[in-house]
Amino acid sequence: MTVHNIRHGDASDGAEAVGGRLSRVDGPAKITGAAKYAVEQQLEGLAYAVLVESTIASGKVRAIDTKAAEAAPGVLQVLTPDTIISLRTASDWFGTPPPDKPYCPLARDITFSGQHVAAIVAETFEQAVAAAALVKLSYDEAPSIVDLSDAKAGDGIPIDAMTKEWGDAQAAFASAPVRICAAYNTPREYQAPMEPHGLIARWEGDQLTVWEPSQWLDGMARTYAEWFGVPFENVRLVSPYIGGGFGSKALALSHGAVAACAAKMLGRPVRLVMTRPQTFTGYGGRAATRQTVTIGADAQGKIQSIVHRGVNETSIDGMWVEPLGSVTSIMYATPNFSSKQNVVRVNSVVPGAMRAPGENPSAFGIESAIDELAYEVGIDPLEIRLRNYAEQDPYAKKAWSTRQLREAFAAGAERFGWSKRSPEPRSMRDGNQLIGWGVAAGTYPVRRAYGEAIVRILADGSVEVESSSIDMGQGTYTILAQTAAETVGVRADDVVVKLGDSRFPRAGVTGGSRLAGVMTGAVYKAATSALDQLVGLAISDPRSPFHALQANTLVVANGRIGSPRGDGPDVSIAELLKSVGRDHIEATGDTMPANSTPEDRYKNYTTIAMALPHTEGDYSRHSWCAHFIEVHVDEDFGTVRVSRVVSALDSGRLYNPKLAESQWKGGIIMGIGQALLEEGIVDRRHGRIVNNNLADYLVPTNADIPDIEVISVGIPDLHSSVLGGKGVGELAIVGVAPAIANAVFHATGKRVRDLPITLEKLI
Amino acid sequence: MRDFSYLRAGSIDAARQAAALPGAMLLAGGTTLIDLAKCGVAEPETLVDITHLKGLDSIEVSERGATIGTLAKMGHVADHADIKSRFPAVSEALWQAASAQIRNMATIGGNLMQRTRCPYFRDPSNFPACNKREPGSGCSAIGGVTRGHAVLGTSDACIAMYPGDLAVALVAFDAIVHLGQRQIPVDDFFLLPGATPDKEHAIEPGEMITAIEIPSLASARRSTYLKIRDRQSYEFAAASAAVGIEFEADGRTIRDLRVALGGVATKPWRARAVEDALKGKVLEPDAVRAASLLAVEGAVDHGANHYKIELAPRVVARAILKMGETA
Repeated sequence: MTVHNIRHGDASDGAEAVGGRLSRVDGPAKITGAAKYAVEQQLEGLAYAVLVESTIASGKVRAIDTKAAEAAPGVLQVLTPDTIISLRTASDWFGTPPPDKPYCPLARDITFSGQHVAAIVAETFEQAVAAAALVKLSYDEAPSIVDLSDAKAGDGIPIDAMTKEWGDAQAAFASAPVRICAAYNTPREYQAPMEPHGLIARWEGDQLTVWEPSQWLDGMARTYAEWFGVPFENVRLVSPYIGGGFGSKALALSHGAVAACAAKMLGRPVRLVMTRPQTFTGYGGRAATRQTVTIGADAQGKIQSIVHRGVNETSIDGMWVEPLGSVTSIMYATPNFSSKQNVVRVNSVVPGAMRAPGENPSAFGIESAIDELAYEVGIDPLEIRLRNYAEQDPYAKKAWSTRQLREAFAAGAERFGWSKRSPEPRSMRDGNQLIGWGVAAGTYPVRRAYGEAIVRILADGSVEVESSSIDMGQGTYTILAQTAAETVGVRADDVVVKLGDSRFPRAGVTGGSRLAGVMTGAVYKAATSALDQLVGLAISDPRSPFHALQANTLVVANGRIGSPRGDGPDVSIAELLKSVGRDHIEATGDTMPANSTPEDRYKNYTTIAMALPHTEGDYSRHSWCAHFIEVHVDEDFGTVRVSRVVSALDSGRLYNPKLAESQWKGGIIMGIGQALLEEGIVDRRHGRIVNNNLADYLVPTNADIPDIEVISVGIPDLHSSVLGGKGVGELAIVGVAPAIANAVFHATGKRVRDLPITLEKLI
Repeated sequence: MRDFSYLRAGSIDAARQAAALPGAMLLAGGTTLIDLAKCGVAEPETLVDITHLKGLDSIEVSERGATIGTLAKMGHVADHADIKSRFPAVSEALWQAASAQIRNMATIGGNLMQRTRCPYFRDPSNFPACNKREPGSGCSAIGGVTRGHAVLGTSDACIAMYPGDLAVALVAFDAIVHLGQRQIPVDDFFLLPGATPDKEHAIEPGEMITAIEIPSLASARRSTYLKIRDRQSYEFAAASAAVGIEFEADGRTIRDLRVALGGVATKPWRARAVEDALKGKVLEPDAVRAASLLAVEGAVDHGANHYKIELAPRVVARAILKMGETA
């Protein structure tokens, strides 16, 4: 998909270099409806698939009666485990070689309610829906484990790789003069992207094209290729725009396999889009978690010991680990530490990635607990954080690459007016409204991976960038245009960025806040190489107007080439290319290590196995933030309203502050939803989520969101990325929920340790 | 959603006759009907479209009261100057209902016919048992997730909440539903579930809501609708109260008081016990709070909805005291 840079007629037009506040170049296409999303492709002969799901949480499908469905108008196919073609098991996202056994995306053995059991393919969507309702399933039902609180759930499986220990945490806790211990729980939460999951699959011979919203084209192409036993190159993923992913669109999922099977069996392109209720069971949201945090401290609040135990749920036959000790182990300096984690199998779809997996619930535990410690010791919640400031990574024992957290605390507190806070709970009010001020910190590691890009300088002097990375609203189109414009020396208007097609140069997953750092680096390298070629031609080609100048270098700016001293010719890029007889210049750039083999590249772009650890080398690399939040709690009704947010954030250098601020605010809004509204509620008799729609699973509306002020306190961090940025997308949600819970405690004197903080917990 | 036929009614009488046939339903704003058709609850064979019929969308306000045509949009009624000044609770109830987009589509008649949000009612494939949907099939909600279910007016057959806001205000002020020839008080229009939760409204085949009439009352002029919910907007009530007060000439003694509850009962719930306890008394905070507890007399919780029994009297008290302050 091609996105042209559009002039906005405002200050952003002059903000074209990296670091400028250029508005989103894809914005007009989205606002006018010109942007065509994956499943909006109009294809000849398109057929429609609709899923049939299990209505029990555990057991076996005894029989599937498809007679009525097969006879229904327009029905082309009824797919069941017995009739669907057999696939091969694909490798996981680490690229672990899969077991040599078949994979069936439709289930006979049921391990959760909402599992895909059958599918109808019909001439129209409505016919498929009507026929799907006619499929009759009968089951042999078995007892199910509903959730973490189920008596049958047990203690779960220890995940040794999650254990982090130093010193003697238990002994130090036992002898500490001040001790606190509390349990913190987070429920199932859902990504709820505006665009539901879905795809169109089309086979031409053994070539598969999939139009599907994707956070990882190359990873998903690999999975499809392995399922169907075709070469990786035979699968093309197309995903020009994504209507929100939040972690949920990084992997090829069973519904995709169903649609691709149907297309292959039918010999026609097939479209399958999940209903909103299906998005709550067709793939995983954030796992429910439980943590116990015990802190031992001296009388001044200096931490002596942290003992942390965490549990998250996973599915019966899948494994999801939500790393609950990730923030606990690095936020504060402590001489003694112990963190361990178990996972518990329950009858649910396997949980998945949702904005800041691990760090998000981890921070709810430790950032609530440190607040409790502050009250226990009797010092200010901000002061206790500074008193225990970690000057280096306490776990890795390495220097921080950059850690502007102290600056974040200072800037946020100043702007918020924290010094005017009355320390006692229930000491600030406005009529019926109890007012509370809370603070919490957040962090997210800098994940580094690989990407490659092509930069072309075209005959008309414009520049074209191609990459199989994607833009799900975070601004890839825009920052890559800025990067290429600044590096080559053209206006951002004259850069066309093409993304979202796996035929383009490859990229790893867009997840873990890594894409901007990776792709600006790759485009910078490709653009530098293209510029070198351009200048080289201008200097050395006998037909160039600069040839006689015998210059060593030339300057390219605003699409024109001249000598550094301005004493020679001044021509446009287009004029130069014409004079030397070239119709374009092309260069590839990547962030791969030198001497990488094709196998290395394949592995780098289609798995996450090769991502660089954030503690690689001499430094520990993280983004940081501090949230200051005011709440109003109605003393009679228990309703919590967030009335003010000031957050100071360190994401290193910002490639585009306007877009970074948008992502930060989006994360904060999502954090407000997590703190106050979001919870998947399970009917314990059926093991099924009952609030599986956006009227009953509440996310914040505009009315729930106050003005949010974000302050960038970052400095360029060249240990973290080529151009000095750190992660943006996940950071800001981390710490919002504990900041709100801490503010609620300050307002009411009630400590809520189970999210969300709904009104009945406060009345 | 299954195929259905679409009929464009030529007149009110034609619409009434067509809608009386088995499997036929009226189509007005469609905001509830299409939603219920998508989740497999409503499976009409014929939709009788009345949206184009003339003379059904008027809003007339006189000294005698307000008459609102069945096709008037929620948004128009909410924003009508005379409704705002003479019936503030009605306007406020509408403003706090649904979303701007829905209010611009949904009609007043359709609003009264709105069905429950009970998740068990709305998911036939997973929860076949629902007495409201399939009489005699049982109630999946009892013993299930009940945070949003009713605590007042429930029966062994059904505990589904009445979800609307407008009708709560209408019940408080003795509004009348016009069903063509017949007119009935709105309080009688909504039926308790009892043993027949499938029968929600006192409307018979061949009848159609043509208008709502709200009599002019001093208590309606000094009225408010207070809606409490987890989310600030676009959510059904955890508990709500429509309250109107008329004072004696002394400006302190309550001559008339109207109290109705939303978000807690199986139908819009008039709280006459609260009204009777305070009428003739001087408005005074402790007395108001004590009397407000009568709003939930006879309430029965199902676990997770217990908070409503605590919350509702507080909402009532706040609303009454707020109206007292404006004296």
